[in-house]
Amino acid sequence: MNLSHAYFRRWLTGIVVTLGAGLLLSGCSTIANVGAVVGETAGVITPQQGDSIRKTGEAVEKTFADITPEQEYYIGRAVGATIVSKFKVYDNPQATEYINLLGQTLALASARPETFGGWHFLILDSDEINAFAAPGGFIFVSRGMLRLCKSEDDLAAVLSHEIGHVELQHALRAIKGSRLTSALTILAVEGAKSFGGDALSSLTEAFEGSISDISNTMMNSGYARKQERQSDEVAVRIMKGIGYDAHALPNVLTRMESQLKPGGHDFAATHPPPKDRVKDLDSMLKKTPHVPVPAVRVQRFQEALAGI
Amino acid sequence: MKRILLSLLLVGALAAPALARETTMNIQIRSAQLRATPSFLGAVVGTADYGASVTILEEKTGWYRVAAPGGATGWLNNSALTTKKIVMQAGASDVSTAASGQELAMAGKGFNSSVEADFKKQNKDIDFTWIDRMEKIKVTPAQITDFLRAGRVTPTE
Repeated sequence: MNLSHAYFRRWLTGIVVTLGAGLLLSGCSTIANVGAVVGETAGVITPQQGDSIRKTGEAVEKTFADITPEQEYYIGRAVGATIVSKFKVYDNPQATEYINLLGQTLALASARPETFGGWHFLILDSDEINAFAAPGGFIFVSRGMLRLCKSEDDLAAVLSHEIGHVELQHALRAIKGSRLTSALTILAVEGAKSFGGDALSSLTEAFEGSISDISNTMMNSGYARKQERQSDEVAVRIMKGIGYDAHALPNVLTRMESQLKPGGHDFAATHPPPKDRVKDLDSMLKKTPHVPVPAVRVQRFQEALAGI
Repeated sequence: MKRILLSLLLVGALAAPALARETTMNIQIRSAQLRATPSFLGAVVGTADYGASVTILEEKTGWYRVAAPGGATGWLNNSALTTKKIVMQAGASDVSTAASGQELAMAGKGFNSSVEADFKKQNKDIDFTWIDRMEKIKVTPAQITDFLRAGRVTPTE
């Protein structure tokens, strides 16, 4: 929720820029053509506004803010489905219940405790060290990653980092601006109930492209180092808020460093070197005292994930 | 008489800012839980559905005490709320308002269940079964409280 005037100004400009950019880009694609026609018919922007939009060239930046929580949810579902179609799901009700209990508890301390469809966690049947956060709060952790964790606090660190990616909407930022521009040109003026065949297929095309942009970023290229650092910052805040030992995060990363295979397709390929993140975390955690981890907490972790 | 008038004026003056402050916000998630206290560990005292307009009664860092349609009151986290009015079924006039102003959002606009259905038709290798299943995994505030207590985890917020 955003109450500030600055937000409203940005949002308003966003809509106008979006529509204008749609008109601007309407030369070749069906998507933009549909949007342009609808935009013109609706009389949303004047030729003068169109001119000023052409000068600003901020379409990419602005469109992102117009994704509603409901749309973020549908993007997240499809990204999640893409992930579980590539990796198999590890179907272990006890372990799954445990990571949901822990994960949903941690999400309460995030800046977005309530997402459209809620926070949900699943284990991937893969030996790779990996974790993915799909928009809206669908989070996936591999068995390899779970094996790397030696305590509930370690696992809390991993899940909190992924919650950070969702909170900061990093996946949505991976969507190419041109797709959003096209899609938002349609969606800014047409309600779902009135989609015609052309509009629906154009939207599906933009949707497919968005899902593939996100999946490629997550599974192949990875986020920028800055985004990983931001998610680490959120993770530290969440762990301190709920009462876990935030120092578990650099501990897990250090363990990861020794186990990742250089040139591998997992975490190593999509994340900055763990030692760089540990260095950043050192300064973040300078004034954070260690929280003692009671044996009972380690024990329930081991029981829940026995056989992982 | 003069005194009565004066008191009426005074009451009016006091009431005016209160009325001006009265404001509504809208539920932007599928189903929001109203709680007895401004905390996720607070007991659930009611629910409000997507698009419902609620009256703000009180604000406390990150939380609003609201009155939902039907009369239930309780605390909602600000991540569940938006100042934008959410139109569940847009008519022609709503469509042009939503396009030109910032005060309106349409439920189901853009990427929605119809788009997902179309996406599924064209991507038969992408399976949503597990996504539907994982969405059914729910954790209650009582379970979270027990989980924290049993693991001796002490929240600081």
